[in-house]
Amino acid sequence: MVTTPSRTKQIEVVDLRLSYGLKEVIRGISFAVHPNEILGVIGPAQSGKTSLLRCINRTIDFTPDSHVSGTITIDGEDVYRTGNVYTLRRKIGMVAPLPVGLPLSIYDNVAFAPRCAGLSRRGELDSIVEQCLRQAALWDEVKDRLDSLGTKLSGGQQQRLTIARALSHQPEILCLDEFSIAIDPVTTMRIEDVLKELRRHMTIILVTNLTQQARRLADRTMFLWKGEIVELDRTEVIFSESPRDRRTREYVEGIFG
Amino acid sequence: MNASPVPRFGETPSVRRRLRRENLARWVFGAMAAAMVLPLVLIVGYLVVRAAPALSLEFVLDVPKRGMTEGGIWPALIGTVYLVFLSLLVSAPIGILAAVYLNEYARENWFNRVINLAVINLAGVPSIVHALFGLGAFVYAAQFGYSIISAALTLAIMTLPVIIASTREALASVPRSFREACWNVGATRWQTIRSVVLPNSISGILTGVILQVSRAAGETAPVMFTGVVFFKAVQRGDLLPYYLNEQCMALSMHLYTISTQVPGVKEAIPFATAVVLLTLVIAVNAAAIALRVYLRSRKKW
Repeated sequence: MVTTPSRTKQIEVVDLRLSYGLKEVIRGISFAVHPNEILGVIGPAQSGKTSLLRCINRTIDFTPDSHVSGTITIDGEDVYRTGNVYTLRRKIGMVAPLPVGLPLSIYDNVAFAPRCAGLSRRGELDSIVEQCLRQAALWDEVKDRLDSLGTKLSGGQQQRLTIARALSHQPEILCLDEFSIAIDPVTTMRIEDVLKELRRHMTIILVTNLTQQARRLADRTMFLWKGEIVELDRTEVIFSESPRDRRTREYVEGIFG
Repeated sequence: MNASPVPRFGETPSVRRRLRRENLARWVFGAMAAAMVLPLVLIVGYLVVRAAPALSLEFVLDVPKRGMTEGGIWPALIGTVYLVFLSLLVSAPIGILAAVYLNEYARENWFNRVINLAVINLAGVPSIVHALFGLGAFVYAAQFGYSIISAALTLAIMTLPVIIASTREALASVPRSFREACWNVGATRWQTIRSVVLPNSISGILTGVILQVSRAAGETAPVMFTGVVFFKAVQRGDLLPYYLNEQCMALSMHLYTISTQVPGVKEAIPFATAVVLLTLVIAVNAAAIALRVYLRSRKKW
């Protein structure tokens, strides 16, 4: 998918700064995410990748002592001025690094978000649960035991359950935060296939420690380092012989970071 | 190649030294465990043996007779049940809901920390201080007089900080990642608390509350100052003998009275009273443990 600067911007971040207490972890970054693209975000630990995602869906609000400045707009609406943060979060699916099966049944794990939004008709819930579990490539493994506990699934299954839950509120944007660090390579490849399928319906921000994962999936890749964007360009350019910044090349080649 | 006769996995002096230390450690810890259990067994055994002549169902159901030198303990037993039940009826809802607010809603700042510190310190205040507070606040200031209400409220004030502290602990044991997963899908704090946090901390919360039953049942000073009397005439086996604005009897106070204040009490009676109080407390604690085991078995992660 070729990206041109004139494309519409689904998410636009302007001069975002985030500090925890006195420590500034995001130092004024600006970028845009286009509809239906996969934006890869790479960078070493402590570079602000997770914090960035938490700013976008405003779960950063739950971190005491955090201070955000700058603007993030989604479809033109400033997320820090919106009155309804819960609707905002439903627009964004979020997958954490470690799989989190809520201590509920598999069915309730996926039906949780629709129920929170006020849906209660069994038929609708059934179809959402099935659709999301299918999208997350988990349906065939759990369809006969939807009543068993989500926490009893294996790590890889729980991560797919987490993805199913992130899809259950029909988000337009999906944020994945190092989703593969706790699961095996085969499951990782299955989820990557899922993502390739999902990008037809939604925009995906893929934070990853595995530079090769960004290379496989992302349309554009952003290299974040110490809270600043070192480089943001088409993935081919980032992984080519000649990215604009020397640090990018050194990082993707494993020389530093 | 290696012709050494020493087997590779044999006992060397250093291994023997470690084994000796291991045995020593095991004995020391075991002896301390025994030192803990032994007095407990001795106390309970002694009480039961001395109480045996007086213990019977009749003793529990009957009222004291002949200036409390004979008869049973029914008015005191039912008075204690009244006091404990009423005090927890007040302190459990307030304590649990306050703890939910402090742990789930309140921002983590200096004010929250000060409150936390205050709660922990209040939990350590001696009961006689709570007694004086209850006397001033409920008996005189609120004009409830010397009554069951005053005594129960005093006990409630006494148990409240401990309930708050134990509830906060139970809530904090639910992993934060569960909450974050809920927030990520757009759940409000209340939806998160109701569907994930409370169901997974309820066993700890209830255990904390029930353990306060035994504390409230055992305390003498707070109720003695605020609404418990030496003697109150009650029908034998009457389940509802007291009005809330009346004074009542209580087991702890009754035990104190017949042990020290009344001459000529049959020797077995104070011991039997102690056994009933002890049984009540142990029964409640056992219920707490059973509940915890049951809820633990359903723990979901």
